[in-house]
Amino acid sequence: MSKLRWLQITVLLLGFAFLYIPMISLIVYSFNESRLVTVWAGFSTKWYSELMDNRQLLGAAWLSIKIGFLNACLSVILGTLAAIVLVRFRRSRMRKPLDVMVAAPLVMPDIIIGLSLLLLFVSLENLMGWPERGQLTVILAHSTFSMAYVTVVVRSRLVSMDRSLEEAAMDLGARPLWVFFTVTLPIIAPSLVAGWLLAFTLSMDDLVVASFVSGPGATTLPMMVYSSVRLGVSPQINALASIIILVVSVAVLIAGILMYRQEKRLRH
Amino acid sequence: MVAESPIVQIKQVSKNFDAVYAVDDISLDIYRGEFFSLLGASGCGKTTLLRILAGFEQPSSGRIFIDGQDMTDVPAYARPVNMMFQSYALFPHMNVADNIAYGLKRDGMGKAERAERVQEMMALVKIAAYAKRKPHQLSGGQRQRVALARALAKQPKILLLDEPLGALDKKLREETQFELVNLQERLKTTFIVVTHDQEEAMTMSSRIALMHAGRIEQLDTPRRIYEFPATRYAAGFIGSANLLHAHVVSQEDELVTLRSEALEREFVVHHGQPLAPNMDVSIIVRPEKIQVGPANDAPNKVEGVIKEIAYLGDVSIYHAEIAPGVRIKFTQSNVLPLAEQPLSWEQEVRLSWSPYSCGILSQ
Repeated sequence: MSKLRWLQITVLLLGFAFLYIPMISLIVYSFNESRLVTVWAGFSTKWYSELMDNRQLLGAAWLSIKIGFLNACLSVILGTLAAIVLVRFRRSRMRKPLDVMVAAPLVMPDIIIGLSLLLLFVSLENLMGWPERGQLTVILAHSTFSMAYVTVVVRSRLVSMDRSLEEAAMDLGARPLWVFFTVTLPIIAPSLVAGWLLAFTLSMDDLVVASFVSGPGATTLPMMVYSSVRLGVSPQINALASIIILVVSVAVLIAGILMYRQEKRLRH
Repeated sequence: MVAESPIVQIKQVSKNFDAVYAVDDISLDIYRGEFFSLLGASGCGKTTLLRILAGFEQPSSGRIFIDGQDMTDVPAYARPVNMMFQSYALFPHMNVADNIAYGLKRDGMGKAERAERVQEMMALVKIAAYAKRKPHQLSGGQRQRVALARALAKQPKILLLDEPLGALDKKLREETQFELVNLQERLKTTFIVVTHDQEEAMTMSSRIALMHAGRIEQLDTPRRIYEFPATRYAAGFIGSANLLHAHVVSQEDELVTLRSEALEREFVVHHGQPLAPNMDVSIIVRPEKIQVGPANDAPNKVEGVIKEIAYLGDVSIYHAEIAPGVRIKFTQSNVLPLAEQPLSWEQEVRLSWSPYSCGILSQ
């Protein structure tokens, strides 16, 4: 093997190491006996069993999953509708302004989204007593930016889809709504899955916006972790993170396999 | 083949995209059981006209009648026509049988009857062996057959075909041309084909509408379009043609005498319509109608020097200069082996043609 080839492999390994060593060390230290995260004192699973008793942390994790799930579903529905309007209704006069407006949440700093939504929710609550800040407001806030990401993902798929497929279905007697459910939707499905996962991840990950719009009753996992870190990191968080990494890896693997299969089917 | 009442009536249909007219005031009747071709170069409006018939485009003005009923405002899914798309538009997530059954399910056809029809269609286009395959597992030719079967499954009154053979290679295309014609004759369905390939239109059609710039340039049988092109564009688009500039000298019965100043000689052409004396026209002579060698009794004679030879295998095309700057094309079947060809470069030849194998174009 030439020197150049060795260089390539080394650079590749270094790159991967940079990405994955932090995660691996996090998992390794979740099995640490010691209470100090940086000192190895032998193997133990005690943080996992302590985690199972930590109602507060588990509750926050469960809330985050719930919010992530509902946010992802809402974002996929809204984002897909927006993508269809942007791609299919070319002659609509609303298209250009919509195009720009959809991209805005992608580049808007979280802190501004959070603050403006907080102001909106507060004034709405003063005006009509709804919505009470908590789980619902976090979901609404997350879907405002998540749906923009979904729109971008779904739109690129729709653009590359052969328009004559829909025309063929209509030509064979299918009404527009039926065409959408039997032809368009199955073909763009991989992008919906990708968009759903993206929206879920964005929601699970978000600290800033949630801190603004959440109420006293609803503390998401990132909020909980962040506030507990200030008091010193408990290895329970390592344990929880390891579990999340495991779940996410499995989910991504399954989604990847499904999408790979679909892609293979669609490729001519 | 042409029956009494038109199945499609296109009445003064125009379609404009802003200031550009894709279809410009076209009126056209197509009869039951016809194999009708819309022929033209790309951008001539033939596809737009087909899409108006299918219901994917709304005409800017004019009406469309199908089987006597006004279909102009009827949406695509409610029209008794089906279309075979240029890209075939097979649903990638369904297998062959499901693709063919798609339209039947929408009609509320029973399961048993549906399965039977799908079998019948697959047998018709000889793809029964691939029923469970997905489109991406098929070759181009097989996909074309699936698209055809799917479009025919609902037994439409009219089948629209958008460049049906465009994506096939040359050999397969020639075979499929004849299969399409046989299929059409068996089913008696009216076929309307859009194509840019004049050879394809010539082989398959009962009538051809030659389109140019949104209008119909000429509407006739393939034979008449070739033998008697109505305009210079038609003469140039279908087959190859020599156009000689001349003016009318006299007309006796149906034989017209013309004079070409550039060639300094007179020609005699058979022409049915009366022409004004001194009118400027073009004489059209197809390359294969020109005879080589001494033909003393023929009224149309020219002498020239061979300047170019294109050997195509079965025939050769020769370009002869018959006056400074005026060239004429003629073809010869390659009956003799190449080494014994009597014609070569810079050779002087005498060319002639009959008054009945040429024509006059006034526009």
